[in-house]
Amino acid sequence: MLLVMIVAIPLAMTLAAMVCPWSPWLGRASGLASAGVLALGIWLSALTMTTPRWGAAHLMRADSLSAFMVVVIGSVSVLATSFTSRTMSQEIASGATTARHARHYVILMQVFITCMLIAVLSANLGVVWISIEATTIATTFLVSHRRTSGAFEASWKYVILCSVGIALAFLGTVLIYYGELHASGGHVASLNWTSLMAAAPHLDPRVTRLGFALLVVGYGTKVGLVPMHSWLPDAHSQAPAPVSALMSGVLLSVAFYALLRFRAVVQIALGPTFPRVALLMVGVASLLVATAMLIAQRDLKRMLAYSSIEHMGLMAVGAAVGSPLAIAAVLLHVLGHGITKAVLFLSAGEIYQLEGTTEIDRISGLLARRPVLGGIFGFALMSLVAFPPFSLFVSELSMARAEVDAGLSWVVAVSLACLAVVFAAVLRHGRHLLMGSRGDGESPSVLDRSAASMLVGALVVCVALGVLSWPVQSLLWHAAHQVTP
Amino acid sequence: MNTAYVSALDVTAGLVLFAAVMTLWRRGVRTIVSILGVQGLSLSAVALVLAIHEHDTALLVTGGLVLVLKGIVIPGLLLRASRLDPKSRETRPLVNVPASLVAAAVLIVLSYVVSARITSLAPSDATRLVPLGMATILVGYFMLVTRRRAVSKIVGLILVDNGIGLVAYLLTSGVPFIVELGSSIDVLLVVVVLQFLMVSMGRHSDVDVLTERRELRD
Repeated sequence: MLLVMIVAIPLAMTLAAMVCPWSPWLGRASGLASAGVLALGIWLSALTMTTPRWGAAHLMRADSLSAFMVVVIGSVSVLATSFTSRTMSQEIASGATTARHARHYVILMQVFITCMLIAVLSANLGVVWISIEATTIATTFLVSHRRTSGAFEASWKYVILCSVGIALAFLGTVLIYYGELHASGGHVASLNWTSLMAAAPHLDPRVTRLGFALLVVGYGTKVGLVPMHSWLPDAHSQAPAPVSALMSGVLLSVAFYALLRFRAVVQIALGPTFPRVALLMVGVASLLVATAMLIAQRDLKRMLAYSSIEHMGLMAVGAAVGSPLAIAAVLLHVLGHGITKAVLFLSAGEIYQLEGTTEIDRISGLLARRPVLGGIFGFALMSLVAFPPFSLFVSELSMARAEVDAGLSWVVAVSLACLAVVFAAVLRHGRHLLMGSRGDGESPSVLDRSAASMLVGALVVCVALGVLSWPVQSLLWHAAHQVTP
Repeated sequence: MNTAYVSALDVTAGLVLFAAVMTLWRRGVRTIVSILGVQGLSLSAVALVLAIHEHDTALLVTGGLVLVLKGIVIPGLLLRASRLDPKSRETRPLVNVPASLVAAAVLIVLSYVVSARITSLAPSDATRLVPLGMATILVGYFMLVTRRRAVSKIVGLILVDNGIGLVAYLLTSGVPFIVELGSSIDVLLVVVVLQFLMVSMGRHSDVDVLTERRELRD
């Protein structure tokens, strides 16, 4: 019942937005709906700590990993949807959009959130695939919301590349299903997580190997891992800020969640080496490519997008290790990165409103002119490059420790080298944006108190996650144990 | 009965791959879309033949669904999109037609090599034909990479999907029904979305549509 309720909240909000005309209240209501999802997610985490819960005639299942993902989706969508009425009112005022499109935007945001919630709460790994593919469809129109030729180009690339990529994941799913069917003697197979885990020791190694390779490339496309990452910077830079926040903050991680589940199955079937090599290859490649692209980046939102690829690469490397410590660190990283990236994209949206551009060269002296916005952006950048006491520092440190424990010291060396370069590159761009002075006095938009306090609150949460171990730590451990056999 | 089943399966599954290769051979966009429709019908025939042979009701429903969706609705949508520009042809593919056909031959051989490790697990009349599905997938990817028109790209995407469908029916008599249903709806929606983008951009009359635009880059 609880599981159905979690999905029903954004669904009800979708229906409400379908019948009501646009007003700022619609935007505020969708913020409240996300807060409801977050609250239920936290409750669900407490309930699933010991035993998983089932719902909707065994179509839905939540263990602590699913519950944790609901919390992540809830937290980032609270941030993103709270900015809905603000962003849309600004766009309507400036003539960039109409009330009709603003309403479509609210509807699609809620459909998007619903799909992600179904993906993490579904018992069936086939349904996980369906909902992740459905997020592509919902977000296409959100990416092209501005209706410029650049936005349409980005959406086109996004749909084509993601559909092509995720089709591979479907083929991989079919092969795993075939293996399951064969392992059970051709009688019962369902792609259900529990039955798949039960059948895992008997899966045929050759079929499983091929299937997992397809899954890594396929879901890797949605995660934004090299070699299928090229849609990501375009889509994230063209979408409205709250959409970029949701896509970068959680959508990538939801696709990553599917990989974590399959990794566990494959680890039982094949032993740890094969999934480790596969994930290390895409993870390290993503790290290297993203680092190289970050150095010379000239656009603020594209810089943030490449940083997402970098963080996803780090998570893939962490998942490759596969020990409970590594997975727990990856999950903490998912949450910390989601919140930090949401704050960054939302404040980048404010900067765009203020300056009319996201080109780094054309923005400077933010801190002097807009101390609150500049300060939030600066602290969020520090969180992004994993300054202590932000939680990304803790998760990166724990991942490095897990990698050393697993005898992968060379991986730690490569990651640290990349992180050092990223650190320097991001801070150089950040300094250009924040420091210096440019006296042009008047600016059209002011970050109001409630919006600013949301962003500051989110950064405080990031610090709290890094400093306090209770109550997140036990949740992380339980969640990690779900996918570490 | 059994030989009729085997030959029906051979013919229908063979038609799926044959249609895929035909899409590489023809240049008229409308012709390509019609061939895609034939492929959808053959794919549903594969599902129906298997369903009748194995007395599988879920697969029978799936076959009907595929018949309507991939045989009629999706080709219909694409035909309507291409009607805006009746003379549209794939004029400058990155790889010309004869070379594409040679490539298709290579891809078919490759798919036999890849499929051998899968089918050896449970050899049967159906799994024997899995290479045809794999080849359809590869031809679809080839089309996506080498054809420039927006409609051709969408056709490539659907070829990949049909190929995966064929592999799924032959290997496992279809994935669980709920997954089949959901993935069919997804495919339909993707086609609708892509068609919408194509129309919104209003670039039908240009030869190298969206795919060559380079506004966004680093």
